[in-house]
Amino acid sequence: KTCIYTHKQKHFTHFCSRKNRVPTLFSSTFSSLSPHQQPFQLSHGTTTLGFIFQDGVIAAADTRASCKGLICCPTSQKIMPIHSHLVVNTSGSGADCMLWERILTREMRLYQLRHRKRLSINGAAKLLSMMLHPFKDQNTKNVLSFGGRSGPRVCYVCSDGLQLKGEIISVGSGSPYAYAVLDDGWRWGMTVDEAVALAREAVFRATHWDAYSGNNVDLFHITAHGWRRRDREDLKEEYYRERERKRKKIKEREKERQKREGDELGEGDIYSVHCG
Amino acid sequence: MEYLIGIQGPDFVLVAADNVAASSIIQMKHDYDKMFKLSEKILLLCVGEAGDTVQFAEYIQKNVQLYKMRNGYELSPAAAANFTRKNLADYLRSRTPYHVNLLLAGYDEADGPGLYYMDYLSALAKAPFAAHGYGAFLTLSILDRYYRPDLTREEAVDLLKKCLEELNKRFILNLPSFTVRLIDKDGIHDMEKLPVGPK
Repeated sequence: KTCIYTHKQKHFTHFCSRKNRVPTLFSSTFSSLSPHQQPFQLSHGTTTLGFIFQDGVIAAADTRASCKGLICCPTSQKIMPIHSHLVVNTSGSGADCMLWERILTREMRLYQLRHRKRLSINGAAKLLSMMLHPFKDQNTKNVLSFGGRSGPRVCYVCSDGLQLKGEIISVGSGSPYAYAVLDDGWRWGMTVDEAVALAREAVFRATHWDAYSGNNVDLFHITAHGWRRRDREDLKEEYYRERERKRKKIKEREKERQKREGDELGEGDIYSVHCG
Repeated sequence: MEYLIGIQGPDFVLVAADNVAASSIIQMKHDYDKMFKLSEKILLLCVGEAGDTVQFAEYIQKNVQLYKMRNGYELSPAAAANFTRKNLADYLRSRTPYHVNLLLAGYDEADGPGLYYMDYLSALAKAPFAAHGYGAFLTLSILDRYYRPDLTREEAVDLLKKCLEELNKRFILNLPSFTVRLIDKDGIHDMEKLPVGPK
């Protein structure tokens, strides 16, 4: 009889995760009455965002999967399409994210087969919220982006039960940085190009400041016709391109300033204006 | 961080709740409604732990509506408050207690207006005025000083505005706007949102 040796991973603390310690203010006010204890602190290391505008929904995310100090995967996919008009971004532990994406896809498909119509985003959010309720301490956050007949919608579902519908949602460790950019540039009447540029910039800024977000940016655009995916873009070069653009701008401004000063000094001499 | 307030008059109840839905340090939503309509003349204001509020409040809401469907008439505010308290108390010593603080406000044909204060340990008290949250520490004494049982509606709204000004002045967090509703014998009336911006 052969003896099957099972490797007990008791001391394996490097759990592949995409979470981050979110700073909790006043966390002591709510006494945790749940008996579950986290084996160790997991973090939400990611930046994902979704927002609506006049021509649909944009969902964007970075692609870094981190595990404490190690980048486990620089090219993970954080945005998963559920069906042709629904896309979900998740943040939290990588395994939990994959699991809930698949469960949600399965439940939505079952509903569609049973009732011969698609579940609305409110229904999908409620369904996910109810399914996540027994796993309150799991700490997964989802952004559901939907662009269907009832118009573009984006909804935030958190495993602690919070469910919000809004216009701009961002989750993860890089979300404060992304919010700052989104709040500044968002307008309902944006064109598709402007919206894509805004989402890209928001993720880029977040990846710059946040250590747990980075590598590439994924972008999905969902309209009434379905979702379209933009090519994955590496943000490594973007930082240097931006620095180059800023340097050029400063040079131009310097030239203009010198020209203006030259004008003021050379009073009356019309021809000196046109040189240089 | 969340704030609820209720003031009872001789024939109305005025209630207000802040509009912020927050997740750790981020304000995720600025126009979140924390009031749940239990019936034509009963409102449940619910704050507390993130998922528990909506779950518990919707559970109570559906049960109150079920009572109406089964029996043909609505629960009175006192009955609804005691029903809520019983449910909260039952869950308290279970494995999944609900950590929610509630204000239940309603108008009864026979008993008149009623404001019920309930906390997460399911302690129920009928009170002329009540508040929940950190903001309550700052505003209860204002309510004490200026409250009279025969307030008119305008005076009640002024009293509410006084409380919100104090919050704006001394409370460390920014609560930019509040939903205000009034319940009287004609039902629930939405009043204009009170924005108390930073001065």
